[in-house]
Amino acid sequence: MTIMQSFSELMHQRQQRETVKRSRLVETETEVSKLDVNNLNFFYGEKQALFDVSMTVPERSVTAFIGPSGCGKSTFLRTLNRMNDIIEGTRLTGKVTLEGQDIYAPEVDVVALRKRVGMVFQKSTPFPKSIFDNVAYGPKIAGQRNQKELQGIVEQSLKRAALWDEVKDRMQDSALALSGGQQQRLCIARALATNPDVLLMDEPASALDPASTARIEDLIFELKQNYTIVIVTHNMQQAARISDWTAFFFQGYLIEKDRTQKLFTTPKKKQTEDYITGRFG
Amino acid sequence: MSVAQQSPSILVKNSGSLTRRFSWTRAREQVIRLVLFLCGALSLLTTAGIIAVLFNEAIYSFSGTAFFQTVSITDFLFDTVWAPQHPDKPRFGILPLLCGTFVIAGLGGIIGLPIGLASAIYLSEYAKPKMRRIVKPVLEILAGIPTVVYGYFALVFVTPYLLRPIFQTWLGISVDIFNAMSAGIVVGVMIIPTVCSLSEDALRAVPRGLREAGYALGSTKFDVSLKVVVPAALSGILASFLLAIARAIGETMAVTIAAGQQPRLTLNPFRGMETMTAYIVNISLGDTEAGSMEYKSLYAVALSLFVITLSMNVLAQWVLKRFREVYE
Repeated sequence: MTIMQSFSELMHQRQQRETVKRSRLVETETEVSKLDVNNLNFFYGEKQALFDVSMTVPERSVTAFIGPSGCGKSTFLRTLNRMNDIIEGTRLTGKVTLEGQDIYAPEVDVVALRKRVGMVFQKSTPFPKSIFDNVAYGPKIAGQRNQKELQGIVEQSLKRAALWDEVKDRMQDSALALSGGQQQRLCIARALATNPDVLLMDEPASALDPASTARIEDLIFELKQNYTIVIVTHNMQQAARISDWTAFFFQGYLIEKDRTQKLFTTPKKKQTEDYITGRFG
Repeated sequence: MSVAQQSPSILVKNSGSLTRRFSWTRAREQVIRLVLFLCGALSLLTTAGIIAVLFNEAIYSFSGTAFFQTVSITDFLFDTVWAPQHPDKPRFGILPLLCGTFVIAGLGGIIGLPIGLASAIYLSEYAKPKMRRIVKPVLEILAGIPTVVYGYFALVFVTPYLLRPIFQTWLGISVDIFNAMSAGIVVGVMIIPTVCSLSEDALRAVPRGLREAGYALGSTKFDVSLKVVVPAALSGILASFLLAIARAIGETMAVTIAAGQQPRLTLNPFRGMETMTAYIVNISLGDTEAGSMEYKSLYAVALSLFVITLSMNVLAQWVLKRFREVYE
């Protein structure tokens, strides 16, 4: 079986799963765009990391970024909630808009932006606090003091992150006592608690075992009903399994972005084909 | 010329007996090992020697009578008067000295700990690298100023130009020329570098990922610093506090000059006080006869001081170990 065929197989399985999982209509070609990026160039000091990247991220869908290490996919992801701002000596040109609003405009409040565009990292980063306090962190710094409200938010977020049943009896235990997969789902719950509409995920499952990875992937599948998800992944099978759209980055350029099914079965560019068939990277 | 002629030794395999023979290399190794061991042992021996002397003079003497063989430990700990030089009825209640020590160390802590921590947060979270390059050496200079200078500064500047105008002239509280407040202030300044440097190390050791996670949840820099980084570095910060307080308690010259030498049991920081360290300076500089009670009291006070600072250090170590967060 060739690699192309195996991807086709994957797509097929996925479609079946998708129709089973929820009775949503087959996606139409015209989707509402959530994020629009135009002619983005990004620099670390003198070194240019992204070259003239333009793309749209449709609402309530999963967009995956694939590409070899150092291709700029994580950097690009981090421009979408301005996480690169905290790295010294970075600058960018071009435009990124969230629902039409330029997020790099001078009047934009970065803190407010990051509340709408949440992020989950490769390494799970639970704070050395209790499980409850981890999830309640976002609402608390946003000014939520009402204990009942907080409890409600925490419970709902943990349920959405499919972690509630495992931790509901030990909310006051340290988050560091959880397993790796649980910690990552806790971080997802924590990100959901700030009530974002976009969720950025930077290789969220790359440090996890296959079982935990499957749980996270299922979760992403569930979450896309309510959230716009952008995920960076090293794992092409993962991208094929969970994403609606896939973008292939190479050496700082966006080579190709298409519906996942198209990109994996009939890529337009030679580089994309070489990469997904494992000829390099 | 041929390669084979130039380096025949490479071509010959190492062979021969494996039995140990005398070699200069090995002998040198042994000597180095011994010298290094002696250097290490020296500090250990010194500590042991000091403890032995303190024990001999204060608790149980093998050659005469020790301090606590004359004065009961209850009197020492609970009598409220320290008058070792009283001609008829010397009294040895350490409370006034303890009080002086803790009032000054407490004032120093109230001033030095928050400022030290705040500057550590500034350096680790806010300062640009360039700023850090300037501030760090300046703090180290602060740590390098001889403590006697601090004492003099308290006596000729802090008291007459700071405390007296504010408290005496303005608020009407009488301020002694030797007073605990001025000593507390300079001790506070003195411990800032200790707190700052150790806390900054602890703050910087917090993984970058935790900060990013904080920012990604919509935190301001202040939120991240205070609610993510400081709690994560708590063990290191507490340890730096304890070490700084231990330093404040052990501080000698500055407090001797600034707070004076009247053992007084009071909580009024504007009166003169004597700390344990100041008493030791006082007695060891005077013409105290060796073997007299005064002389022995020196060792009893030194022993108390030793116990206090040692337990602070042990506590600091324990806190570091107990509350250290494992990030991996």
